[in-house]
Amino acid sequence: MEENDTDPTEQVPCTNDSGPEDHTQDHATLNYVGIEAVLDQMRRKAMKTGFEFNIMVVGQSGLGKSTLMNTLFKSKVSRKSCTPNYEEKIQKTVHLQSVSHVIEEKGVKMKLTVIDTPGFGDQIDNDNCWEPIVKYINEQYEKFLREELSINRKRRIPDTRVHCCVYFLPPTGHCLRPIDIEFLKRLGEIVSIVPVIAKADTLTIEERQEFRKKIQHDLQANEIRVYPQREYDEDAEDRILNDKIREKIPFAVVGTDREHQVNGNKVLGRKTKWGIIEVENVAHCEFTNFRDLLIRSHLQDLKDVTHNIHYETYRVRRLNDSNVNGLGLSSLSITTGENVL
Amino acid sequence: MTDQMMSHCPLTPHLGLDVAASLLLAVAQQKNLEGYVGFADLPNQVYRKSVKRGFEFTLMVVGESGLGKSTLINSLFLTDLYSSEYPGPSHRIKQTVQVEQSKVLIKEGGVQLLLTIVDTPGFGDAVDNSNCWQPVIDHIDSKFEDYLNAESRVNRRQMPDSRVHSCLYFIAPSGHGLKPLDIEFMKRLHEKVNIIPLIAKADTLTPEECQQFKKQIMREIQEHKIKIYEFPEVHDEEESKLAKKIKDRLPLAVVGSNTSVEVNGKRVRGRQYPWGIAEVENGEHCDFTILRDMLIRTHMQDLKDVTNNVHYENYRSRKLAAVTYNGVENDKNKSQLTKLDTVEGISPLAQMEEERREHVAKMKKMEMEMEQVFEMKVKEKIQKLKDSEAELQRRHEQMKKNLEAQHKELEEKRRQLEEDKANWETQRQLEQQKLDATRTLEKNKKKGKIF
Repeated sequence: MEENDTDPTEQVPCTNDSGPEDHTQDHATLNYVGIEAVLDQMRRKAMKTGFEFNIMVVGQSGLGKSTLMNTLFKSKVSRKSCTPNYEEKIQKTVHLQSVSHVIEEKGVKMKLTVIDTPGFGDQIDNDNCWEPIVKYINEQYEKFLREELSINRKRRIPDTRVHCCVYFLPPTGHCLRPIDIEFLKRLGEIVSIVPVIAKADTLTIEERQEFRKKIQHDLQANEIRVYPQREYDEDAEDRILNDKIREKIPFAVVGTDREHQVNGNKVLGRKTKWGIIEVENVAHCEFTNFRDLLIRSHLQDLKDVTHNIHYETYRVRRLNDSNVNGLGLSSLSITTGENVL
Repeated sequence: MTDQMMSHCPLTPHLGLDVAASLLLAVAQQKNLEGYVGFADLPNQVYRKSVKRGFEFTLMVVGESGLGKSTLINSLFLTDLYSSEYPGPSHRIKQTVQVEQSKVLIKEGGVQLLLTIVDTPGFGDAVDNSNCWQPVIDHIDSKFEDYLNAESRVNRRQMPDSRVHSCLYFIAPSGHGLKPLDIEFMKRLHEKVNIIPLIAKADTLTPEECQQFKKQIMREIQEHKIKIYEFPEVHDEEESKLAKKIKDRLPLAVVGSNTSVEVNGKRVRGRQYPWGIAEVENGEHCDFTILRDMLIRTHMQDLKDVTNNVHYENYRSRKLAAVTYNGVENDKNKSQLTKLDTVEGISPLAQMEEERREHVAKMKKMEMEMEQVFEMKVKEKIQKLKDSEAELQRRHEQMKKNLEAQHKELEEKRRQLEEDKANWETQRQLEQQKLDATRTLEKNKKKGKIF
């Protein structure tokens, strides 16, 4: 649980900057109905119930995943900091570990779950190393589906679905590797992927541009859809915004949890013999863009995309299968009286 | 020295023989020269000869793509071996690991260096990297094999040395430790080539991270008993301090750059970041200068020697041992004479015996064959001679017969002649008698007349 000075996640534009009390004054005007007030109601509700956000980090060991998570949420949320006697060892198989925290800011509570994937891409033979991840994601969908279809379902179904998957690309400077392409292809269908260039302080600005261009080219060539997906842009405004973001993907990020003094200010940064890399300086790296995308502007959108698109796709597939195979799910659907596809 | 000798020889001074004997024995010890002989110039002679001949050096670079191998090679040798037109790894992703050689002849100060860089594109890039080290091992073995064959030839005047003298292995700067691929590769190649592990793209790491990373790597290398290239012991005090400094900084963290930037009015090779410039040749920024000095300025010859004396000999004994018949009793010959503890099976001495035996057997067989041929020829000759002898005999007899026939004829004729002679004699006698008779008559007649 931590508070800090950054802005809250929502950007609900209020026509009146003052609080809800002011609306009562407008009852006098004829054209005002009060639909606007629903936003406040939502806000209050949301503050009470809090948010859930599940983020998964995937990448080879040593790319700075845990550090980046810590930097992103400005607290020690990663697996590294949480398990006592943590030893850096390369796992033999990929297995997933999730750590949950509740962080609070200005009265808004968020249950953040970070799912880590140690062992991914570290072996000599990395065939099918993405399978445990695919399985996990589908399991979460399955859990949600079951809960949704049960007779006595809870009011608020605990949402453990993966809302966002951050994929770390090693800063080779050349192009996407076969393992990257394989993973992105398979997981682009079931979850929203945000690729980032890890440890971007390896690359100079020109190298970064080139690398980014090459990656974008490769992504297009392999028809990999990363978040924000073009097909789900709802209107022109969205499209413009998302296009801007799409130009910048993948973001070149640097993570750190140390602070140094620069020009009298305390900044988060990495100190090397030839200079200090400021994490929150836009000229140095794109961490701020990444954070804004993930938390400040598109958090809710990520959740919506996951719920409306990825989850629905899964649901349709699953229910189709169960109809064909006559599995137990069909019995559930009869009792709910719903007409299942 | 004389004190030692004095202690050995008896105190009686007139036994000068003892001293003389020990003096002779001590010839192998160091003697101080009384004048300038001139063999101090020997290194110069070697130097001049080598400079004329030129040097060869083969360097192999191994590592995943994108770790800056080509850039480092360019920085090391200050040439654009991998120019910007050279197809980068993005164009070179293939299914299997390739091994590519590029040669370049560099001249500096009158000394020629034929530098061969062996590159391994595709190493560690695929999804399944099992056996990606196999093409590398095959390449190294094939170079050893070529050298072995060249050495065994009859005419070996030009023997090019294309063996791989050193392998630079690039470790990705994860900051955690070695990857399973790194460990596997090094385990398989440390007996075949001098491995020098390097931390690539070291400007990713802060100095503390770098220290920790190095410690971790060295710990893992020792844990897995990987034999990386060891710097040789030097006797010089100052040099040994330097060598120790290098040892502490293993594995070397390097940064390479193709571009030069301006720093304090000087143009140096470096990488320009928004927050500063990482200089390649600055000892505080990275260990590039140490690597360059070690690889080129001080230890190049040692690398070649170790390759020749250790790795090549290992390969050679293993190869030759595998070729011979395995039934040889080799236990008694596993002797103190062989220093190679990595040889499995027969020691070279037994092998030589075996070879000799084989040779002798072959010789014997050849001898026997030749003898047989000889005998056959002799028989033929004898037969021929016999035939001609018989022929001669026949002729001889025939001639004898002829002679006898002629002899008989002559006898006949002689007899005839004798007969005729006898006849004539008798006739003559008759005639004579007749004549005598007539004569006496006549005489009587005459006598009678007177009367």
